[in-house]
Parts: sequence; C-alpha cells; structure tokens
Amino acid sequence: MNIKLINAVEALLFGAGRPLRISEIRSFLELDGLVAELSDIKKCLNELESRYKESSLEISEIASGYRLQIKQEFSPTLTHLWNERTPRISKALMETISIIAYKQPVTRGDIEDIRGVSVSTQSIRSLLERNWIKVSGFKDAPGRPALYSTTKEFLDDLDMKNISDLPDLPDPIEANEIGIEDQAISQAI
Amino acid sequence: MQNTTQTQLEFPTVMGQPYEVIPDDLFIPPNALELCLETFSGPMDLLLYLIKKENINILDLDVSNITDQYIEYINFMDVLQFELAAEYLVMAATLAEIKSRMMLPQEVHEDEEEDPKSALIKRLQEYQRYKSVSEKIAVLPRVDRDFFTASAKLPEINIEKKDFQITKEELVAIYQEIRSRPDLKINHQIDFEELSTQERIQIILGILSRRNIISFSKTLRKSEGRHGVVVTFLASLELAKDGHVELIQNKTDEIFLKSKIGATS
Repeated sequence: MNIKLINAVEALLFGAGRPLRISEIRSFLELDGLVAELSDIKKCLNELESRYKESSLEISEIASGYRLQIKQEFSPTLTHLWNERTPRISKALMETISIIAYKQPVTRGDIEDIRGVSVSTQSIRSLLERNWIKVSGFKDAPGRPALYSTTKEFLDDLDMKNISDLPDLPDPIEANEIGIEDQAISQAI
Repeated sequence: MQNTTQTQLEFPTVMGQPYEVIPDDLFIPPNALELCLETFSGPMDLLLYLIKKENINILDLDVSNITDQYIEYINFMDVLQFELAAEYLVMAATLAEIKSRMMLPQEVHEDEEEDPKSALIKRLQEYQRYKSVSEKIAVLPRVDRDFFTASAKLPEINIEKKDFQITKEELVAIYQEIRSRPDLKINHQIDFEELSTQERIQIILGILSRRNIISFSKTLRKSEGRHGVVVTFLASLELAKDGHVELIQNKTDEIFLKSKIGATS
C-alpha cells in the first residue's frame, strides 16, 4: 500500500475535525493530484486502523462517514481537560428524542400522545439546535404540523452508523409486570 | 398509612441535589412543579408511580382523596403553569371516571366505547416502552461525554499572494472608462400633494368674504381626507389666533367659523 496515500488520508481525517465520507476523501485527494479508487481509500483506512491498534486513537465508521476518535478507555483521562461538564440531557428530552427515533417521522402531537404530557416548544427547539432532529416535512392534517426526524448528527453523536443500531424497542410489557395489576388498579382508585 | 408511604417515596435528585422538603399531605412537593416535567416526566410518570408504589397501601384511599390531592397540586401550579395544571386535571378526571365506572353495575355491551381503564393501561404500556428504551439510549456512549473525537492543528497554509501591480496610466484609463459609461440610472422623486395651511387660510377667507359664517365641516373637501381636516383645522386656529375669525361651538359637535373682518369693516 502506498504510504503516501495512507498518510494523506490520515492527514485529511486529522485536519477535517469532522467525519469524512470515502467519496469525499477521494475528491479531496484528487484535487491534490492523488488519484485513488474508493476501495484503495478503504484499504488505507484499514491500514490506519491497524496502525492505531497500539495507540489511543481509533477510526469509527458512523452515519456521516469516518471519524478519528480517541478510544473510549481514555475518556476519564480527558475529562479533566475541560472545566465545564457537557450539559446533562433531561429524562424528558431523552424520552422525546427516543420517540422521534423509533417512530419517525412524528409530529409533536404524536409525541404528546405517547408521553401523555405536552411537549414544550423549548425541548423541540433544543433538539433542533443540537441538530439531533430536523423538520422532514409537514403532515397532511389540519394545521399542517411539522414532522420531525432524527439526523445523521444524532447517530454520529451516539457513535452509530444506522438508526437500526439503536437498542431494540422492548415489547409492550404485560400490565402486571409493570405493576399495573388489575386488582391493584381497582384498589388504587 | 398514607404518610408512611409518603416518606418512602424516592424523589429523584433535582439538578444534582436531593429533594428534601416533602410536605406530608402532598404526593409531590409543590415547588417541584417546574422540574416536574424534567424529573418526573409529568403526569403519566406520576400516575405510574402512584399505581406502582401505592398499590398496597392505597387500599383505603378513595378517588376523592386522590382528586383532592391533585386539585391541591393544581392550585399550586395554576399560577405558574397552566398547561401542566390542565394535564393533571385530565388525569384526575380520568381516575374519577374509572372509579365511577367500577362502582356502577357492570353492563356488558360489546360495541361500547373503549373502557378507559384498559385504554389507560395501553397508553401506560406504550409509554413504558419508550421510557425504558430512552433510559438505554441515555447511557449509550455519547460524543463529548463518553468519547471524544480526535483532530490535529492545521499546518500553516501558505497561499501565494501575487503582488498587485498597476500603473498610474492604467488607473487613469480605468477611471475614465468608468466615467464614460452611459448613465443608466435616473432618480425619480415621488411627491405627494401637500396641503398648505397658508393656502387654506386664503380659501377660508375667500369663503368668509362671501358669507359671514360657515360651518367647519362645509369647508372640508372629501377628497383630501384626514389630512385635509387637519390642515383646515390648523388654518382655522391660525385665523382665530390672528383675530380674523371667531370660532363658535354650540352644544352640537359642529364648529362654526364667523368672520370678524366683515363685522369691523
């Protein structure tokens, strides 16, 4: 394998600071006069991966392409680099994004139907600002409500390639398993 | 019985701090309202909680007791968050409906609308699925929290800057060329007809030289609109100030302009 090509791919990944697709890598190389097949670039990536085996780096294939990452085992070492902790995501927001992820595209009303509470504009906005969701259309219903879908960035941020990499949605649990025994409910009310 | 369960309730920590002040007669501390959506995830959650945790001790707790507590809660909330208060109200009403259905003799009608109890259970089950999966997603490795991306500082990128060379003659030639371009732009000024107070004074004086008195409204021209009214009014005031006319207003709204010049001359 051409060492120059491997290094050029590595340089691009390091320099981009964002995920790159193989096709993107190819066109960048081409602009620099390096002609390579997609399969060659894939080989370069594999080569780099084995090169990194002994290091703290890894190459991750995610929704938006390939990204250089620091192996997760080093995360505890890194956290002290920053004073600020990344903001926690509330339970409510996690539920909202989960419903969007599994049932997309959904309207705000669909989410509300499942969660049983109104979904605040703020929580939708915060997911939009995070680029985890996008408006993918408008439902053909009164008021033409916006339909929300998850983005590639959502998958990127969770180190996933496809939406199917999400954990399986559990089957509906029997009423008595979640503690809703018929008798209990009668007694409860 | 009720109180013992109250103290056993585990309230999630709020913004990293444990919630300590829990009133004995409330299911939820009233000041948890704002955080309710975040930590309790709202009434569905709360209801689950109630049903799950209270199923043993709630035996002698009747629905009115629950609704009372809900209403009490609503009283705390309605000042702050109406939407949420409404949610709880629906919940309380649903519970009341279920209870009343259970107390009435059972009549079996196949095609009757869905039993609210089973509908409620269905919703709770559906919600439970997403709730539990959201907990799994929450612990998935997340960028900048559990793992970090790698990048490197870019090297100095030298882009050759070509010297900008131009002669005096070229500069002059370019300037002359620009000057000689045909002027394709013309300015238009759009005026709107101005109504002059001075002119109006003359008009009013003209009218008053023919007849001694005229009502204000008669001096107006409909086409001049509101602007005309203002100008005419200003003109009248001007004339009155200078002593040329007398402004008279009777009990009606109408103002009359009476010439003083005619009286003196």
